[in-house]
Amino acid sequence: MPSNALIKEFQAIVGKENVLESEADRHSYSYDSAVLDPVVPDLAVRPTTSEELGKVVRLCNENGLPVTPRGSGTNLSGGTIPSKGGIVLLTNALNKIVEINEEDLYAVVQPGVITAKFAAEVAKRGLFYPPDPGSQAVSTLGGNVAENAGGLRGLKYGVTKDYVMGVDFFDVNGELVKSGSRTVKCVTGLNLSALQVASEGTMGVFNEIILKLVPPPAANKAMMALFDNVDKASATVAAIIAAKIVPCTLELLDNVTINLVEDFTKAGLPRDAQAILLIEVDGHPGQVAEEAEKVVAICKKTGATEVKAAKDEAERNKLWEARRAALPALARAKPTTVLEDATVPRSKIPAMIKAINAIAKKYDLTIGTFGHAGDGNLHPTIMCDKRDKNEFHRVEQAVDEIFDVALSFKGTLSGEHGIGLAKAKWLEKETSAATIAYAKALKKAIDPKGILNPGKIIGG
Amino acid sequence: MADLHKLAQMLQELDDQMVACMKCGMCQAVCPVFAESLNEADVTRGKIALLENLAKEMIADAKGVQEKLNKCLLCGSCAANCPSGVKIMDIFLKARIIVNTYMGLSPVKKVILKGMLTRPALFNSLVSVAARFQGVFSTPVNEIIGSSCSQWLSPVIGDRHFLGLAKEPLHSAVPSLDSAPGASGLKVAFFPGCVVDKMFPRVGHAVLKVMAHHGVGVYLPAGQSCCGIPALSSGDRDSYEKLVAANARLFAKGRFDALVTPCATCTATIKELWPKFVDGFDATTKAQVLAMSEKAMDVNQFLVDKVGVTAVDKPTGGTRVTVHDPCHLAKSLGVRKQPRTLLGANRDYELVEMAEADRCCGCGGSFNLAHYEVSRSIGRRKRDNIVASKADVVATGCPACMMQISDMLSQAGDRIAVRHPVEIYAETID
Repeated sequence: MPSNALIKEFQAIVGKENVLESEADRHSYSYDSAVLDPVVPDLAVRPTTSEELGKVVRLCNENGLPVTPRGSGTNLSGGTIPSKGGIVLLTNALNKIVEINEEDLYAVVQPGVITAKFAAEVAKRGLFYPPDPGSQAVSTLGGNVAENAGGLRGLKYGVTKDYVMGVDFFDVNGELVKSGSRTVKCVTGLNLSALQVASEGTMGVFNEIILKLVPPPAANKAMMALFDNVDKASATVAAIIAAKIVPCTLELLDNVTINLVEDFTKAGLPRDAQAILLIEVDGHPGQVAEEAEKVVAICKKTGATEVKAAKDEAERNKLWEARRAALPALARAKPTTVLEDATVPRSKIPAMIKAINAIAKKYDLTIGTFGHAGDGNLHPTIMCDKRDKNEFHRVEQAVDEIFDVALSFKGTLSGEHGIGLAKAKWLEKETSAATIAYAKALKKAIDPKGILNPGKIIGG
Repeated sequence: MADLHKLAQMLQELDDQMVACMKCGMCQAVCPVFAESLNEADVTRGKIALLENLAKEMIADAKGVQEKLNKCLLCGSCAANCPSGVKIMDIFLKARIIVNTYMGLSPVKKVILKGMLTRPALFNSLVSVAARFQGVFSTPVNEIIGSSCSQWLSPVIGDRHFLGLAKEPLHSAVPSLDSAPGASGLKVAFFPGCVVDKMFPRVGHAVLKVMAHHGVGVYLPAGQSCCGIPALSSGDRDSYEKLVAANARLFAKGRFDALVTPCATCTATIKELWPKFVDGFDATTKAQVLAMSEKAMDVNQFLVDKVGVTAVDKPTGGTRVTVHDPCHLAKSLGVRKQPRTLLGANRDYELVEMAEADRCCGCGGSFNLAHYEVSRSIGRRKRDNIVASKADVVATGCPACMMQISDMLSQAGDRIAVRHPVEIYAETID
């Protein structure tokens, strides 16, 4: 525990009201959205200005106090669990949109800005910020950059890293490091912005982020195709891409998910369908019309039992309802919801779904799979009760095996949720011992006392 | 100090409900209290985590948890937005009963709940004495809103701009009624609720006028008690049961098709909470409570859905009216359209929607007393949205919201009237 003198120093920097030291307050920063055991921090500290932020980081380093930066705590990999104690550094008061530049198509934000609020502000000005993680209504942009958050539009528009033009961050000494720029092209110095993306708070503490904006598509068209087997659905995904059409969204729901969604919404989905593909194309109206027509034809050719295209916005909303209901439906089925994000090359989707179903059977678990078929990012979702020790042990084994299979298909441990604590032990399996050694050497050099979110990604 | 182990054991009965929370944090997006403080302990996910830790005896500071638990408006916004469908209101109310019973009520709440609320006759006479003397201590500040402030009372009420107690409460003007159904063939029991009775009797009179106009018979028994929400939300189950049982006995004497209230909070309490907290009653009382609960209906909903009031075709407009959706009406009961239809039935008004019409006004009953500064900052956002709509009048179907919004508008010096939709509809009747 930090001494009273140290607590007073924090109070002197950020004000008494922004140092949360009561037991109840500390306990409320001991967890995030991951199904992992909580760890209670010694303190939670909330800077409200850049200057305060730098001073807090410096004070922590001087005292060898671990720092766990936390935006909204929505991450699913334990990245904001203060596993080594120390302080939880709250960034949610650093929530100003500093600039939205309509001439040069970029924005500058503080890390605590809420993603959906930012996207709405950008949209008001006729521009578009595409990354749309499922938690966007509450997640922060700092957290999105730190986890390299994805979303439903990843296939065509990419993920958070594709929009990061620069990050200003504090090093452990509280010195401000500048990286990137407001220009489209920039090759000044080492690419330190890229080092910050997906670093999960282990490489610096974000101060300001420069994000790229794009013009919004003028039109869109949504379609839903039903399949009596998953292979046909996956073949459709491949055929659409092979026809040189890149939909903005291409989502898949498996049979378990379809049935749970139907239980929950009574929307009239066919319970015997083995897979549903939800497809949306966007862009110039002429192009959208042409591509939509081609997609429908491809779906029919590859064996869809039914294809519906939305005629207007109301129908489009109705089609997307099934996808929006996926997580709520799975979450209500059982007390505990373990949402994974194993990701494979998209040609391996049928094999991956087959493997997941076999794993579910082997461990006697219910696993619903939905996700971003277009980019191979699946969400096998295990419905269980963490209080049932025996069952939860089987869940852990099943998760291990899901990763094994994903890696055997040359996939990755995490498409968008991050490594955090949950998957740190797996990192070497996907990469190599040398990769971990390199990362550790880098970390040691810039954070010799190991105060920046210790235990995450590379363990330790 | 309370025996933590025992407290923990009692909280474990909530475990099955709490475990459904997957800690996704989506409650942060809609919680008005969290929006002000940005503290995780002020949002549902945090409160559930704290209760879980208390139940597992991982936390020693039960008083700290109690404070966090009580810092909630019970507006239900989180429950309406929860992907996992966690029964948040059930958890919080049950937890408040367990924790507050164990830790004890604050002395102020003890006096109000046990000493006054459960004794309707005493409550009424105290209020009438207060009503007689209030003019001596207060100064009117805004005649459009009808608000006053008071230097004398500021140690108690702060710088609130309050609405005076009515000179003549509804129960004095109309002690009781039992009229037969007219043209409509319908008969309602009328439950005005404490705030309408004592502060807005004009709303009660409007309801009676409208019912008479539509040929709806009214059963209004004398000696009604509070619906029980102040007691239940304070965790005082004992007082709650006294109030509910008294009402159930009283209304069991009448025959009616629906029990109508002009108060969103009373309706939601009777309709949704009464059936959930009936275990302590004997079989007869339990049956009476459930029967009353089943018939409970918001007055806007009754007039539109049952009586068939519709909006006029060609309103002439002239007065701009905006609607604030009370949490208990919109989020708990799903009544959103009917108040607007009712306003649309008065051709002199033009409906203009404000931003975030269903965002909580920040009153939250006793939350306003315990956390006035937070309550006020939430209310300011509501006030800003009302003003931005450029409305002349704001209409809302909850007298508690009317009090809060009046305070906010009055403090800002806005000249915008605060009305109940029924009052505006009643203007159409000569």
